[in-house]
Amino acid sequence: MKLLNYTLSYLSIALLVVVGVWAVIFYVNMLDEIYDSIDDGLENSKILIIRKVESDTTLIHKTEFMESNYAIHEITDQHALHVRDIYMDSTLYMQNEKDYEPVRMLKTVFRASNGKYYELQIVSSMVEEDDLIEDLFYAIVWLYIVLLASVLIINNVLLRKVWKPFYTILDKLKNFRLGSNENFSAVKTNVSEFNILNDTVSALLQRNIAIFNSQKQFIENASHELQTPLAISINKLELLTEKNSLSDDQLQEISTVIESLERLTRLNKTLLLLSRIENRQFPQQTSVNFNELALRLASAFGDLSEFKSVKISVTQPGTCIYSLNAELAEILLSNLIKNAILHNYPDGSVMVTIHATGISVSNTSHTGSLDPSHIFDRFYKNSAAKNSTGLGLAIVKSIIDYYGYTIRYSYTNGQHTFLIQF
Amino acid sequence: MKILVIEDEDELRNVIVSSLEKENFLVESAADYTTALDKVTGYQYDCILLDIMLPGGSGLSVLDALKKMRKQENVIIISAKNSVDDKVHGLNLGADDYLAKPFHLSELTARVKSVIRRKSMDGQNIIELNNVKINVDDRLLYINHEPVSLNRKEFDILTYFIANKNRLINKAALAEHIWGDHIDQADDFEFIYSQIKNLRKKLKDTGAQLEIQAVYGVGYKLIAH
Repeated sequence: MKLLNYTLSYLSIALLVVVGVWAVIFYVNMLDEIYDSIDDGLENSKILIIRKVESDTTLIHKTEFMESNYAIHEITDQHALHVRDIYMDSTLYMQNEKDYEPVRMLKTVFRASNGKYYELQIVSSMVEEDDLIEDLFYAIVWLYIVLLASVLIINNVLLRKVWKPFYTILDKLKNFRLGSNENFSAVKTNVSEFNILNDTVSALLQRNIAIFNSQKQFIENASHELQTPLAISINKLELLTEKNSLSDDQLQEISTVIESLERLTRLNKTLLLLSRIENRQFPQQTSVNFNELALRLASAFGDLSEFKSVKISVTQPGTCIYSLNAELAEILLSNLIKNAILHNYPDGSVMVTIHATGISVSNTSHTGSLDPSHIFDRFYKNSAAKNSTGLGLAIVKSIIDYYGYTIRYSYTNGQHTFLIQF
Repeated sequence: MKILVIEDEDELRNVIVSSLEKENFLVESAADYTTALDKVTGYQYDCILLDIMLPGGSGLSVLDALKKMRKQENVIIISAKNSVDDKVHGLNLGADDYLAKPFHLSELTARVKSVIRRKSMDGQNIIELNNVKINVDDRLLYINHEPVSLNRKEFDILTYFIANKNRLINKAALAEHIWGDHIDQADDFEFIYSQIKNLRKKLKDTGAQLEIQAVYGVGYKLIAH
């Protein structure tokens, strides 16, 4: 849920409570004021009627309300002494409504000029409370809806404007990638909280960028620093092997040491390559024709495949041309082809298929299905091939990720297949 | 032939010097930027091996200085940085070749001889050894003045062997030189044997006064009779 709507959901509940409570208080106060006003009117009528009765004694016999709003009954003196003015709610049959409707009634007692006591009832029509409540309820509902709608509109127009810097920061953070050589630039705003957020995020990212860069530099430097001692060791041993005083056994011993050092060199170079791919240090892109590349690599691996008695075939149902770094394209495809040749059996085959939007490399193998969740892990080795660094597929994966392509592994009918989709 | 080795790592410099001296080159060396600059200013060399990262300055500045003095020295950059960008940058500055550390001594020898040959033989890139004559540019082989046909790899192998004659060549070094980087993890480099076998047969059949010897488990050696 978006922040704007989130606040609105809370606001809608709060508004409901506030408007509800307000409605009750308003209703009670209004009713009170209405009674007050009606009662004042009745009081006034009482004085006027009593004066009128004094001047016109026939009115004493008006015992029904009929067309006017009062009725007079004679009462005993005894009874009259106990009576005070009473305001009460009552009902009266209304001709127009054809129903009993609520009225306000004042009961009072007076002594007429003939010395007898009379009870005077004065009525005044009242608000119909159920109607009032109903009207009030609809008014409240409308008020609530209008309030919510205005809040929604204000939220979306005003708050969106106010929160714009925040969303800009969010957007920048979302698109920010460590190692992309892109600096996080702050958004200018007048809101101090956003400025603090900006500054904090910038500082945090700057620190991360610095750490990332120094780590990147460290991996690169470490790899470079390793190259020199490796070069010295290998070259010294090479010079040593040229000494004629060495026996064949000694020569072979030295040779295995050189092989190990070369393996270390390869490992070092491969790690450096991985780190450079992950650090996105291959910005140059050219248009790479994978059909040509596959044919060239198939011929480059001709001697190796011949030695392993593996047949390489390249089929080209489509022309596959994509823009990427030429060096990486070559590493990508050659790693897959080389793996397919090495993890094969004599008289097996390697099939490279170039489609317009993808490439598949399949090979026959006795190993059975590999674990698809781990084959692209660094240093994951399925076979005990002594010259394998366990990084070949990790490099393939990092190149695939670098360009946002996908690669899928499958095993069917004794064949491993790697399918790249561009 | 005079060669200057500019490299700050003592051990590496020593081993390069010894290797080049075996080829009867006259080798001098410099361990830092100032010495290097003094030497390239004062003397004439046939080839300069130049490390990029030097105490006191960058090897690329030495390259710049050479260019400003309009010297025609052959320069091979030897760098721990193996990146295409660096390579292109160095070559643009006028270096003749670029070799990433660590390298095989046989590779270094072949490269040094190649750059020297390119400029010294009056444009004629020809190697002669006993009764064998190779025209490198036109990729032609003559044995006893008779043309012999070789495939591309056999030709490269022979050229590499002759550049390193009488020296033991590591099979990994040979594989890297001929088959390139792709092959660097291929198991044991045994696959190079079939090409060597074919080359050997052709040399024998045509009466070349050369012999490729296998040193079991290590590599090969070309002996000039």
